[in-house]
Amino acid sequence: MALGIVPKYIIGQIIRFVLLMFAVSVVAFALVSLSPIDPLQANIGQASLAGMTEEKRAVLAAYWNSDADPISRYLGWACALIQGDMGTSLRFNAPVAQVIGVRALNSLALMAIAWLFSGIIGVVLGVLSGVMRGSLLDRCIKVYCFVLAASPTFWVALLLLIVFSVQLGWFPIGFSQPVGVSSAQVSFTDALHHMALPAITLSLVGVANVTLHTREKTIDVMNSPYIAFAIARGQSRREAVIHHGLRNLVLPAITIQFAQIAEIFGGSVLVEQVFSYPGLGQAAVSAGLGGDAALLAGIAVVSAALVFAGNMVANILYRVIDPRMRKEASYA
Amino acid sequence: MEEMRNMNTMPCEMTSHEQDHSTSKKHHHHTHAHSSAHGVGHHLLQVEDLCVSFSMYEQNDSARFGDYLRSEKHEVRVIDGLNISVHEGEIVAVVGASGSGKTLLADSILGLYEPNSLVSGCIWFDGQRQDAASLRRLRGHEIAFVPQSVKALDPLMNVGRQVRGFTSLNGMSKRDRAKRQEELFERYGLPADVGKMYPHELSGGMARRVLLCCALMTSPKLLIADEPTPGLDLDLAVTAMEDFRTLADDGVGVMLITHDIDLALRVADRLAIFKDGSVIEETSVAAFKEGALETEFSLQLRDALPEFGFIC
Repeated sequence: MALGIVPKYIIGQIIRFVLLMFAVSVVAFALVSLSPIDPLQANIGQASLAGMTEEKRAVLAAYWNSDADPISRYLGWACALIQGDMGTSLRFNAPVAQVIGVRALNSLALMAIAWLFSGIIGVVLGVLSGVMRGSLLDRCIKVYCFVLAASPTFWVALLLLIVFSVQLGWFPIGFSQPVGVSSAQVSFTDALHHMALPAITLSLVGVANVTLHTREKTIDVMNSPYIAFAIARGQSRREAVIHHGLRNLVLPAITIQFAQIAEIFGGSVLVEQVFSYPGLGQAAVSAGLGGDAALLAGIAVVSAALVFAGNMVANILYRVIDPRMRKEASYA
Repeated sequence: MEEMRNMNTMPCEMTSHEQDHSTSKKHHHHTHAHSSAHGVGHHLLQVEDLCVSFSMYEQNDSARFGDYLRSEKHEVRVIDGLNISVHEGEIVAVVGASGSGKTLLADSILGLYEPNSLVSGCIWFDGQRQDAASLRRLRGHEIAFVPQSVKALDPLMNVGRQVRGFTSLNGMSKRDRAKRQEELFERYGLPADVGKMYPHELSGGMARRVLLCCALMTSPKLLIADEPTPGLDLDLAVTAMEDFRTLADDGVGVMLITHDIDLALRVADRLAIFKDGSVIEETSVAAFKEGALETEFSLQLRDALPEFGFIC
């Protein structure tokens, strides 16, 4: 049975992945082409561009090939990508792969911490609040979640920055390392110190989302006939939650947690901007503003691949946990 | 009569009481409901004057939003002055229309009270007066519940583990529980590998027997089965009834809650006819078949069945 299903499943996933990459890169390219930003002007500056001769401009345009029509540019980019070349960033004047590599290292650490914390704290709070529905604790957790879910990420980031960096001075104002220190000399504690506030912001906002979803699922599970029967068989509520509730909450929690990757990604763009944190999110913003099609498409493709990988891990975990899905695998 | 109050999940208070016994026959330290007819054996369960009401907000269909804020709480009485008794070794079928509050009766005996419910009345089990806390201790031990469908099983846990239950279930050691589960599976013709299956893999017949095994783990004295037959074909339903009969013959008291009078008449010793939140008549099956009934409703119910009166 398993032999027949697995290759079919893998092939299906590969086809989906390729289609997704294609769609994401086309959309990214189309948006850059449609944007009114002139890459020449954006990257050289208004004044320099005005001071250039017509020939010089033509040479630059030819060098960057910025006058070519979008379709041929896309095809050129896509062919190079298939061969492993992601192109050169206009903005950073370096290979896109290298820019993404450096930025991703900063961002991934930040996002991984936020993802882990918001996941763990969110699930714990969600289960507590769902099981003790209507209690004072539940109401406090709910208020916290509604307030944070309604607050824009950048606003929370600014608020924390004002309180903890400017007024209390506990955390640096921005960047991923101290100013005036060469990268080689930055200690691990320094890096952590700089990462703390952006990570806390992302976690705080993420917790609200995960908690509210988990709470709803917990209430569903607590109202289920199998919890009622467990209690009718003499288990206490607490035992029923431990033996039957958590087991059934794992699946929705995994779904939420892996869907949260995309949320954290989106949040990191805003948070990195506020904290001047040199991560992927910030690079995406400057790529967009600079008409840097190669970098923007590169970041879009890489982040879509990450989100895709997250969802795939969730799908595989479902099958491991839920016996019903193992049977249904043949339809996938 | 004092009350078994249950508001905001507070355990109900129960104090000693003096009751007027003049209208009731005294029997084994407790009294019977005056309508109770007696089979054989001694009283196992006695429920007297059980009332269950819910405090709810007034509903007003034409209300504007502001009116909801001013809504008054009021009490809806779902079970009203109910008396019923179950003896050792007998099956009492509680029959009545769906949605008439029969399940609430089961919940009350199991000590499962909703936070917004108000429960009053007296419940004796095996000669002992019970309160909410003691009913909670009996639940899953001496009083076991047989649920309606396979949905009562955790979909993510294999059946064997669920039947064996957890330490809290019965205070039996892990080995004892495993042994008991094997015994029960054997008794009900379930192959050992069913224990490794998940609820969605069970057939209807298997599911029914697994649910019964769950209930029998602790060798209870009283079984409460809530609609155990819908969704089963006639053969399976009859087998289910025969299983209850065998258990009763071994001395277990069975309260069979059902809307299927036909099936109930096949195996039950006594019938409790449930209407509008109360048992209006509690009589032997034999008396029901003869038509020796006190209330008009019971007579009509009997006459509506094909085998009595309906054809003539």
